[in-house]
Amino acid sequence: MALNYIRVARIFREVFRVNTCSKLPRRIFSVGLPALNKKEIEITFLKANGDQINTKGKIGDSLLDVVVNNNLDLDGFGACEGTLTCSTCHLIFGKETYDQLPNKPSEEELDMLDLAYDLSDTSRLGCQIILTESMDGLKVTVPATINDARS
Amino acid sequence: MNCFSNIFASRLFSTKVIKPKICIVGAGPAGFYAAQHLVKKLDNSEIDIFERLPVPFGLVRFGVAPDHPEVKNVIHTFSKTAQHPNVRFFGNINLGTDISLQDLKDNYHVVLLTYGAEENRQLNIPGEDLHNVIPARKIVGWYNGIPDDSNLEIDLSGNTMAIFGQGNVAVDVARILLTPVDELKKTDITQHALDKISQSKIKQVHLIGRRGPLQAAFTIKELREMLKLQQCQTVWKKEDFSSISKEIVENLARPKKRITELMLKSLQDQKSDVDGLNVFKPIFFRSPLEILGNKKVERVILGVNRLEGEDILKQHAVLTDRQEELECNIVVPSIGYKSVQADPLIPFDQKKGIIINNNSKVNTGLYTTGWLGTAPVGVILTTMSNAFGTAERILKDIHDDNLLNEDKGGFTNISSILKEKRVPIVDWAGWEKIDKYEIEEGKKHNKPREKIIDVNKMLEIGVS
Ligand SMILES: Cc1cc2nc3c(=O)[nH]c(=O)nc-3n(C[C@H](O)[C@H](O)[C@H](O)COP(=O)(O)OP(=O)(O)OC[C@H]3O[C@@H](n4cnc5c(N)ncnc54)[C@H](O)[C@@H]3O)c2cc1C
Ligand code: FES
Repeated sequence: MALNYIRVARIFREVFRVNTCSKLPRRIFSVGLPALNKKEIEITFLKANGDQINTKGKIGDSLLDVVVNNNLDLDGFGACEGTLTCSTCHLIFGKETYDQLPNKPSEEELDMLDLAYDLSDTSRLGCQIILTESMDGLKVTVPATINDARS
Repeated sequence: MNCFSNIFASRLFSTKVIKPKICIVGAGPAGFYAAQHLVKKLDNSEIDIFERLPVPFGLVRFGVAPDHPEVKNVIHTFSKTAQHPNVRFFGNINLGTDISLQDLKDNYHVVLLTYGAEENRQLNIPGEDLHNVIPARKIVGWYNGIPDDSNLEIDLSGNTMAIFGQGNVAVDVARILLTPVDELKKTDITQHALDKISQSKIKQVHLIGRRGPLQAAFTIKELREMLKLQQCQTVWKKEDFSSISKEIVENLARPKKRITELMLKSLQDQKSDVDGLNVFKPIFFRSPLEILGNKKVERVILGVNRLEGEDILKQHAVLTDRQEELECNIVVPSIGYKSVQADPLIPFDQKKGIIINNNSKVNTGLYTTGWLGTAPVGVILTTMSNAFGTAERILKDIHDDNLLNEDKGGFTNISSILKEKRVPIVDWAGWEKIDKYEIEEGKKHNKPREKIIDVNKMLEIGVS
């Protein structure tokens, strides 16, 4: 299991190395499976200011892909493009949903989460959550990116 | 969505809407993130980014370690911002010599200073001027291609390096020096550094901190990377952990708890045999008192500290009268940075090394954010949050402080000043040429990029 995550992280790295040279658009970094003919599910992002964004995502895509592909207005989300080096894709799940997520966080994911603002026990990094059919109707909270202390 | 500044302005001047003209000084993460937020919220604006070097991205290009290319992905978003029709990049323009703060204030409604913090803090101990005492940021600049640091005189023929400070930059330097050269070859590390590191005899790096494991500044990701480093063994001093009981660990907040557990686990698994391996040695509770050597570094005298204070995580170090000696061939202070006062008009706190500001605002129409305003702490995420916060503040003040009360000359006027002084400008298209050139050069050596070190060469390619 753990090995698997490390492998995934390594693949990110490989993908990245190829892409630093060629200026390909961001979607190329998509961590999901090929998206053709994949079933779509409904997802709701709840923003810190109370706004609610209802959108759709393809099974096999990550929650980062969903944000990028739907051009969602989330400032600074996904800065490292899914390479587990930034924690700007921090999302907070309901306890029950969190427990049911099919993949558990790797050490590397927890390491990055430890730097996130508003870290909670049900926090995950969106780039590490891959959509499955059972996640239809998923609701996730996007913590405030702007440090609250300043506003 | 709609910008109240425009509504406001159009109410005042029914015949003419004044376009907000904003300039940002320093093209690092703070500047780019602020620009990104401002351009998104203002539907009509002129946002000009001035950068001292001909090339953009600040510490993302010149700080972030070459073996961490993923971190540099933020460059894609910065480039998108730079290509927005309302944003312009002007490289090779130095605030303080090429343009003055007064020039900028005269010609823009808002001036946002984000020129970072690049001056090293010194240890202030005897022997700091010996040969081979080299601040970490200089070593970083040398392996990352900062023009001024390319001729760094660094002697890696000795066996042992002592780094003072335990932040991530200190760990970066340790890791780059201990990473097998075959790995470094695949990165965009500068060729001059790679050549020298290939010949390096450094086998042992001490990472020395004044306080204990609970106060260590490095983050867990950087530590884990060291623990996994090929051909390298991390060696802890058992007694450094003697006061950290199970109970203390249990009661720590999650991030501190996880990193402490990782250190303890690594200590527990520690092998006594390090034969043939490089060694990474974090050492706690020690302050440098004096660096000794005949012209060149030979030893450091360390003072042993104890900790004082109620809050266990915020305890401070107090010197005891015990001392130790550590043999080493190179000393690397990595104890933080400060900013400089780039222009005499900037209200500046010399002691803290930051611009005096109240929640980003310096005075009417003048703002600062990033390392220059907050002090040099935190990662890109921190800088991003602060920059977004500052941008929000600016948007609010445009209205509250009535900043758009008259039209301003903007870059048209600045450009004549620069022309008069014959300062060549590298615009975004110019940077793209430099970028392309560097990537092409890199291909020749199977590297993602071979950075140009010489400013004149950058100008030759980038000035149209
Ligand atoms: C060695 C090192 C490694 C780091 N690695 C990481 C990492 O891996 N991950 C991470 O998240 N964070 C990392 N950081 C932290 C990160 O770099 C900072 O949070 C961030 O760069 C701060 O942004 P800034 O825009 O305030 O400053 P800077 O990035 O320093 O940008 C300031 C810009 O202003 C320009 N400038 C300076 N003086 C003038 C002048 N007079 N006129 C015009 N322009 C000027 C500079 O050339 C520079 O481009 C690292 C920092 C360092 C020092
Ligand atoms: S996008 Fe950076 S960690 Fe997920």
